[in-house]
Amino acid sequence: MRRTPRETQESARRITRRGLILGGGQLVFASVLALRMRHMQVDQADEFRLLAEENRINIRLIPPARGRIFDREGRIIAENEQTYRITLTREDAGDVATVIRRLGQLVELDEDDLNRALVEMERTPPFFPVTVADRVKWEDISRVAVNAPALPGVTTEVGLSRFYPNRALYAHVAGYVGPVSERDLGRYEDPPPVLRIPRFQIGKVGVESKYEEKLRGSAGAKRVEVNAVGRVMRELDRREGVAGADLQLTVDTALQDYVQARLGPESASVVVMDLEHGDLLAIASSPSYDPNKFVRGISVKDYGELRDNDHRPLASKTVQDAYPPGSTFKMVTALAAMDAGLMTPDDTVWCPGHLEVGGRKFHCWKRVGHGHMNLEQSLRESCDVYYYELALKVGIERIAAMARKLGMGEAHDIPMSAVTSGLVPDKAWKLRERGADWVIGDSVNAAIGQGFVLASPLQLAVLSARIATGRAITPRLVKSIDGVETPRPPAADLGLNPNHLLQVRRAMYAVSNHRHGTAYRSRIVAEGLRMAGKTGTSQVRNITAAERARGVTSNDDLPWDRRDHALFVNFAPYENPRIAVSVVVEHGGGGSTAAAPIARDVSLQALYGEDPPLEAYPTADRRRIKALQERLARERALRHAGGSDSA
Amino acid sequence: MTYLEYNVKTVPTGWRKILYMNWPLVLLLTAVAGIGFLMLYSVAGGSFSPWAEPQMKRFGLGMVLMLTVAMVPIYFWRNMALLAYIGSLGLLLMVEFFGAVGMGAQRWIDLGFMRLQPSELMKVAMVMLLAAYYDRLPLSRTSRPLWVIVPILIILLPTGLVLTQPDLGTAILLMTAGGLMMFLAGVHWLYFATVIGAAAGGIWAVFQSRGTEWQLLKDYQFRRIDTFLDPSTDPLGAGYHITQAKIAMGSGGWTGRGFMQGTQSRLNFLPEKHTDFIFNTLAEEFGFVGGVSLLALYVLILLFCIAAAVQNRDRFSSLLILGVGLTFFLFFAVNMSMVMGLAPVVGVPLPMVSYGGSAMLVLMLAFGMVQSAHIHRPRQA
Repeated sequence: MRRTPRETQESARRITRRGLILGGGQLVFASVLALRMRHMQVDQADEFRLLAEENRINIRLIPPARGRIFDREGRIIAENEQTYRITLTREDAGDVATVIRRLGQLVELDEDDLNRALVEMERTPPFFPVTVADRVKWEDISRVAVNAPALPGVTTEVGLSRFYPNRALYAHVAGYVGPVSERDLGRYEDPPPVLRIPRFQIGKVGVESKYEEKLRGSAGAKRVEVNAVGRVMRELDRREGVAGADLQLTVDTALQDYVQARLGPESASVVVMDLEHGDLLAIASSPSYDPNKFVRGISVKDYGELRDNDHRPLASKTVQDAYPPGSTFKMVTALAAMDAGLMTPDDTVWCPGHLEVGGRKFHCWKRVGHGHMNLEQSLRESCDVYYYELALKVGIERIAAMARKLGMGEAHDIPMSAVTSGLVPDKAWKLRERGADWVIGDSVNAAIGQGFVLASPLQLAVLSARIATGRAITPRLVKSIDGVETPRPPAADLGLNPNHLLQVRRAMYAVSNHRHGTAYRSRIVAEGLRMAGKTGTSQVRNITAAERARGVTSNDDLPWDRRDHALFVNFAPYENPRIAVSVVVEHGGGGSTAAAPIARDVSLQALYGEDPPLEAYPTADRRRIKALQERLARERALRHAGGSDSA
Repeated sequence: MTYLEYNVKTVPTGWRKILYMNWPLVLLLTAVAGIGFLMLYSVAGGSFSPWAEPQMKRFGLGMVLMLTVAMVPIYFWRNMALLAYIGSLGLLLMVEFFGAVGMGAQRWIDLGFMRLQPSELMKVAMVMLLAAYYDRLPLSRTSRPLWVIVPILIILLPTGLVLTQPDLGTAILLMTAGGLMMFLAGVHWLYFATVIGAAAGGIWAVFQSRGTEWQLLKDYQFRRIDTFLDPSTDPLGAGYHITQAKIAMGSGGWTGRGFMQGTQSRLNFLPEKHTDFIFNTLAEEFGFVGGVSLLALYVLILLFCIAAAVQNRDRFSSLLILGVGLTFFLFFAVNMSMVMGLAPVVGVPLPMVSYGGSAMLVLMLAFGMVQSAHIHRPRQA
């Protein structure tokens, strides 16, 4: 359109002015951008560089090999076996369904595992290998390898997993490992990163749990470069981990194996202790279970069976169960009395079959009474009245002190789970725990190991060991760590009068070797290997008046779970004690019939280191023993054969 | 002096026009595009496909388009302004109804060989129409209320359509560019002061109302605004991308990590690394030096535009050149502010560098008109 020159001039002037104002504004803004760039790229560069590196570099942990566990002879208890698993990478597989179908023709695939894998595949990036089959046999792996071209995206991976070749033998001792749970992590204030490794195994019970830190080792690490979605682009460097320490236990697999076989289906426990160092040569709880099942993830059904079994295979009875020690406690009462100077071995007590204390009648197990009893006779024939009388003289405090001196009432420091301290009752305890005053009847009961007194089989073995040596022997389960022997200072003297100990030992010898001894039938006749012991029968509960009226007089008439526990403690050889043994057979009936024979067989096995010659047994027993030895040998051989096939 | 008063003999004709083009501007644009090719080659992991090669082809096409447009006398383009605006508006309405849905928003029409974003076209068409409007309008009426309402409608109509797509970035660009065009045309500054004041007051009122009884927005709307303004409050969602972008930028340092050595972009931590966030790749690999160099090129382009506008005695030409420069400025200013964490992420590409056809071709078309205005500027006999 036509404009006057003046108007054109004015227009140009205005545009120039406004254009320059705007241009200035634009320049200012550009400077702000430049300053911002300078601030980020120069002033904050180091910070951002660090963040970029953190983004880019991922540290992946390399699981360390777990330390192995051996027995005292170097035989394997727990080892690491290679396990193979098959993984599938969605991205490489292309058609996942076809690949899985082909794979299924080669390898048996578990329906549940497969479904889990398919779900996992949906959630993870396509380049992530997902496990479709775990613990695959080597033959299957090789079959997959041969058919690799037809199976895109399928790879086999090898890992380490715990294996217990002895199966049930050390389930309660070594325990087992399992996948790391939230609870395991909760035990640490700051859980070590190695526990976050997928499939990492952690000790759950027993030595595996108690020595977790030593067995675990430390993780290696590799630094990898990853992209934004986590795909590994390349490995930058790696540092190998340190394998965990190997442990050597004091147990002897041959003996443990024998013990387990000897106990058979009984709900029972046996502890065999070496008297030189307190080494636990065998510590067996029966029945047992296969810890490998737990490592692999036990099925609900199998676990239910173990849990609901009335013989409690899951319980580690040697250390976690405490029983009334019954007559095995009588040595404690006798030593307490002699130590207090209130009794000499030759003092006699008249046993009429019962004793009336505070208006209540306490019976001797022998209703008709034992007549005159001195120390040796009372222990040999396990007269109760003799100890009732002692209890009245000595009082509970002295008895409790002696019991503690002999290793009761304290949880011995061995790396097994749920080690109990048992119970040595005294007046303060009863007031505290029961809110009642100690009455004389409590002392009377305690004197014969009934009432409140409780001891674990391990404590009974320690009791026997301390009486046999007069020294404060403590049990030891770990012999060496990575070849370094666990230090073992010589056990201190208990400070008991040697003569008192001698009297008690002599009485114990009589239990097993005197014609009237309660364990005479389970004696050893091999010269130099004879044993000294003490039977015990602890009541689970009294036979009620109603039951007595129905004609129930002995254990055999009662249901299994109401029968008495049978106990036996012993040491051998008498002249030069090398081992101490305790046996508890739950609901086994009498100590002399149910526990003493086991103790004798186990002792001989420990002393000879193999099946003992029949000459060690009384002539009358030999034929029966021979049959037993043969049967147990067969059973053990069978178990070994069964233990090696499906590794 | 208007075009009709030209001493026609002094205006170059035929192929001689090429000699009278604003060559520094052409060279600067080529340099910027070259940086773009380099970065697209880098983010593809050292490969011309899939981005660098198509981009180069488009740039070639754009060059031809620019030269062609430059050869056509500027009065033709002035006369085309209304048609271009109406056409763009029509296309915008078309995407509203038939457009394909991309990135969660309806933005483009598939032409077969390329995807046309009408909103890009509108940026230029609106500048053309506003320049033409103020060319026709007598100077004395520039600030009359009635004649102020017309351009406001010209601006708000496409802005509204773009907002419904929804494309907040382009809407902001259109509105700002339009407003500043009015400022350049000489509309009285009191209008701007009033609008800015009212907007600021409104925003203030909205935020003041938060938590009171007369709250103007719902709580979730406030929360959305919070995340929009400060993505770091949502570090794994909206904040993740901007954080990664800043890390890429900052870790470049003075001279960068080297060509194709940027870990943030190479390992895909950087989002949209070939489009909106391509500047961060540049900043990561070439550092402060590289970033400032590109900024300097942009500023030079701006300065050449301003110089060309001031030189030009034709009102339409001056306004058009300034408007194109302004649009160009808004592109890179908004994009850079956004990728440096100075502004919320609104999806504005880096001009001539980000991968994308429409934006580049439309810019080349616009610069073609700038060249035309420059070649055909009135010269004193």
